[in-house]
Amino acid sequence: MHINQKKCIGCANCVPVCPMGAIFINDNKLAEINPEVCVECQACYRGMSVENLPKQPTRFFRGVLAFFKLRFQPDPDICPTGAITRDELTWPRSLRRVFSDPLMPHESTGIGGRGTMEVKNNDVTGRVKEGEAGFTVEFGRPGVGVYFREVDRLCRSLVGTPVIFEKENPVTSLMSDTKTGKIRDDVLNEKVLSCILEFKVKVTDMPGILEAIEREANRLDTVVALGIAIRCNADGNDTVRKQLEAMGFDAWRGKINLGLGRHTNPQKLQEAAR
Amino acid sequence: MTNTLHRLQRPDDPKDDYVVFALATRGINDADLLQTARKFLEVSLKYQPVNMAGGTRFGPMYRPEKDLNLFKLYFRGRKESVTPAQLVAEVNYPGQALVVFDNKEKLEGFLKEIKELDLGLSVNVSSLVDDVREMAPRTGVKPHSINYALGFRGDLYLLPDRQVLGLTTMCGHGLISGNFAKKMVDAVKEKRLTPEKAAGYLAKFCVCGAFNTSRAVRLLKGEDVPTVDTKKAPCHFPGAKRA
Repeated sequence: MHINQKKCIGCANCVPVCPMGAIFINDNKLAEINPEVCVECQACYRGMSVENLPKQPTRFFRGVLAFFKLRFQPDPDICPTGAITRDELTWPRSLRRVFSDPLMPHESTGIGGRGTMEVKNNDVTGRVKEGEAGFTVEFGRPGVGVYFREVDRLCRSLVGTPVIFEKENPVTSLMSDTKTGKIRDDVLNEKVLSCILEFKVKVTDMPGILEAIEREANRLDTVVALGIAIRCNADGNDTVRKQLEAMGFDAWRGKINLGLGRHTNPQKLQEAAR
Repeated sequence: MTNTLHRLQRPDDPKDDYVVFALATRGINDADLLQTARKFLEVSLKYQPVNMAGGTRFGPMYRPEKDLNLFKLYFRGRKESVTPAQLVAEVNYPGQALVVFDNKEKLEGFLKEIKELDLGLSVNVSSLVDDVREMAPRTGVKPHSINYALGFRGDLYLLPDRQVLGLTTMCGHGLISGNFAKKMVDAVKEKRLTPEKAAGYLAKFCVCGAFNTSRAVRLLKGEDVPTVDTKKAPCHFPGAKRA
């Protein structure tokens, strides 16, 4: 992202809008983006309304008001002159946008966002079965951001546990070795808004994995949001919640697949009939 | 994706946050996705969703205006959102359909109708698990799979306060900045903005339409902000695991 210095009038509306706090007012009293902190999420570019005011009269007007200790202040979500622009991104910086902009589909999954469908379509894919626990470990969330070197640390700490990283997950696609959890060297210093590590284990292995994640997460220079996906029994109940509660977790909120999905494509139905 | 999973919420919070979304899987149930997704959204209109998103080119209900000028700003007034009915009319390509309700009864009625319609799409509810289990006998739908939110870990000093976190976590993709949410909280406190106006500003940054403006108004007013009961359940909030 880039703020056009010829257009910006320095109203500072964009400064708090950045989820990473990458926008600041420079010595010329104009807004500027710190490229190291920016994760290319497009929140400033996409989320702000644009007033399209002419820059010179607006600057003059602001100057006159400032002389009388008054202030021209547009609505808090408006960039008065449309000064925020997008840059053409090259590798590895382009990775920042892939993980941070939810409208940017990832090549490995073909869907927007940072992970797979986990159990959102488990009713038709059966990805997580009874007796299995699908982990989602989301780094950098909420609103902190994460460097891939931090992700690398946690992934490698899981070596020796029965973890098999989800093949179709964007983070797994960045591993140079999925057995050791090693992330590619050329992306380690790239920062993203958040990214999700996904893997599946047996429910019996869940407590050990949770402990390992907690131990390593406390050493990270970021935050992680933990989630565990399970398949319910025929009555819609599960035993995992009690296990989690016994371990001290409060599993009261969740994303619940209601099991209403079914095969409806004619081709699939014909195959099933055959 | 876990964009609606990790909202800051406690079981004793007011029952005003339910996200329901329908999605298809490529090659399995996506043959008539445009029609089925539109039907899903149409059914929700009766239950007055507070936010909504579907396959449109223009984004969810709350959207930024890129063509403002002096006339629109000071004479016509800003047009900061479209109505749910307008959004449904705009749906023109197959995609995920999402609606947000601020009332448990509305969710129950909606789920009952969706179950009867049998659209074939995978339908998910993001909320307190017990709420959905409790209404299962009446709606006829029970959980098939659940992704439990287990809270935050790591360097929790990096997180903002709970009022701000309650607002920012409603955009799971993290596009609502903590600083901007804080600015809105302060503006409401100083009576420079109404809570409704501030909630609308925040909602525009959430591109997937999962931001609950009704709950945001409550949080911006400072009512029933999730608190930490260190004896009961701190682990879902910034803090350590329960002792």
